Amino acid sequence: MIGLRVIDPGYMSVQDAGRFGAQRYGLSPAGAMDLFSLAVANALLRQKAASAAVEIGPFPATLSVVGGPVRLALAGADRKILIDGDEAKLNTTLLVQEGTKVSLGATRLGMFSYLASEGGIDAPAQLGSLSVEVRASFGSPYPRPLREGDFIPLHAASLAHAEQYIALEAPPHAPIRVVLGPQDDYFYKETIESFLRCRWTVSPTSNRMSYRLDGEALAHAKGYNIVSDGIVMGHIQVSGAGQPLVMLADRGTTGGYPKIATIITADLGRFAQIPIGGGVTFEKVSVDEAQRVAREFSREMQALPSRVRTQNATISDSKLLLRLNLAGDAVDALADAAEQ
Amino acid sequence: MSVPKYPRVLPCGDAAITVEFGDIIDDEVNARVLALDVALSEVRLPGVTETVPTYRSLLVHYDPIVIGFDELKARALALAGERRRSNRPTRRWRIPVVYGAEYGIDLEFIANNVGLSVDEVVAFHCAGTYRVFMLGFMPGFAYLGGLDPLIAMPRRREPRQNAPPGTVSIGGIQAAVQSVPGPSGWHWIGRTPLRVYARDREPMCLLEPGDHVQFFAISAEEWDTYAGRCEQFVEYEVA
Repeated sequence: MIGLRVIDPGYMSVQDAGRFGAQRYGLSPAGAMDLFSLAVANALLRQKAASAAVEIGPFPATLSVVGGPVRLALAGADRKILIDGDEAKLNTTLLVQEGTKVSLGATRLGMFSYLASEGGIDAPAQLGSLSVEVRASFGSPYPRPLREGDFIPLHAASLAHAEQYIALEAPPHAPIRVVLGPQDDYFYKETIESFLRCRWTVSPTSNRMSYRLDGEALAHAKGYNIVSDGIVMGHIQVSGAGQPLVMLADRGTTGGYPKIATIITADLGRFAQIPIGGGVTFEKVSVDEAQRVAREFSREMQALPSRVRTQNATISDSKLLLRLNLAGDAVDALADAAEQ
Repeated sequence: MSVPKYPRVLPCGDAAITVEFGDIIDDEVNARVLALDVALSEVRLPGVTETVPTYRSLLVHYDPIVIGFDELKARALALAGERRRSNRPTRRWRIPVVYGAEYGIDLEFIANNVGLSVDEVVAFHCAGTYRVFMLGFMPGFAYLGGLDPLIAMPRRREPRQNAPPGTVSIGGIQAAVQSVPGPSGWHWIGRTPLRVYARDREPMCLLEPGDHVQFFAISAEEWDTYAGRCEQFVEYEVA
């Protein structure tokens, strides 16, 4: 069995785009907090944008490769990556041999990184997804976040491939765009202005379910109870105490607080990457504008594979190359060629 | 001339809309939500990816690359006006409950607070026919309307953390059956061997919006007799 053994899980779980179609039964879709970064990791490995990967939260984490060589790529939040003590780069594929320890530091910037592997995770989908929904007992290979000792089954690396990288520009330091509603009529006009003017801080009580925002208390015009209705990713509920709660991947499917605004699809990943204690402001856009941006974002996601480049080995990589036992790989590559 | 307020369409960002039929808990409002849900699934509108019926609105997820807000809004409002009904017969579930003692630790508390005997509270709870308004909060958790106001009881100030599956509870003027272990701020009056949520069963969730539910009392000794064959306690009725 080839795969990764979890040595130190940090805040780690297997995620893809999420499990859809069962929200009517109260099942949270779960899925990656930052779908763009998941797509980057998968593009590097020439596979479907939403293939499942290991999502790694802001804390340090360690895994080891067992059973054979695998090809990995880490994207999303930047952090120190040590492959048996040698530093490796974000947004770059890496052939890693059996017995190698992959150590990830705490995130330097952002909240979530995605460790994808060539061929994806070798576990059966449940209702179309590997993502973890703890209450409903869904998730593959485990129906819960990862723990020490867990085994994540992967596919063997194709050894003949050259390594790949992608150069990404840093995301803009722009406000997070929202469409007002669906319950903006539950707030005074001045409250909505305060919401859009205030610089909010992501609270330490935030998690994959929701981020709480500290700032000023927002006053409700018609009380803080509505007859519960449906919740989407990016809905901003305002609690009884006037605190904004941004509903994210592990959200409940319904909720009873009024929702002042909704983060647009294109900005969800950028919002989820704001670290605890980080600041955020919101900017109002129309539905038409949000949909124009959504089309642009979709094109950008689809263009990711075309931006992946082949990496040339340099002198500084020689130590790594030696340890990767390239001579042995070359024999395997010839054997592959002979079979074809 | 006043413009009717409902149904109305509200944006939920760029990839979902809420079609609202009212802002109250009401059988007729809920029936219209479910009728639009059926209508949307029948017409298979390109771009609509998932729908979530709730008490008084239908949440419609869509792909904005395939269909725009204005077009979806117009199509949804046209369908919402048709008042089409589901062909599915209304299902009536009869759920066995062991009331009181360790099965329902708040039963006596409710009886004392509403000024009835324990037996009377049980009788009122069993006399009602409840409507499943929606599923939410937790997997398979059904919100049941139709509780007799005489045994209604506001939620506890502090929720308890681990309600066992099958816990039958009262929260305000609503009733529920706990689907999976989890927190509950409602009052626990009994427990059923029926599993309303089972991950590997078809169907995974027994109760669906629009279903009717009745409860009947069993003794603790009868628990094993009923456990494991609860799906038999459904009666079909043509609406």
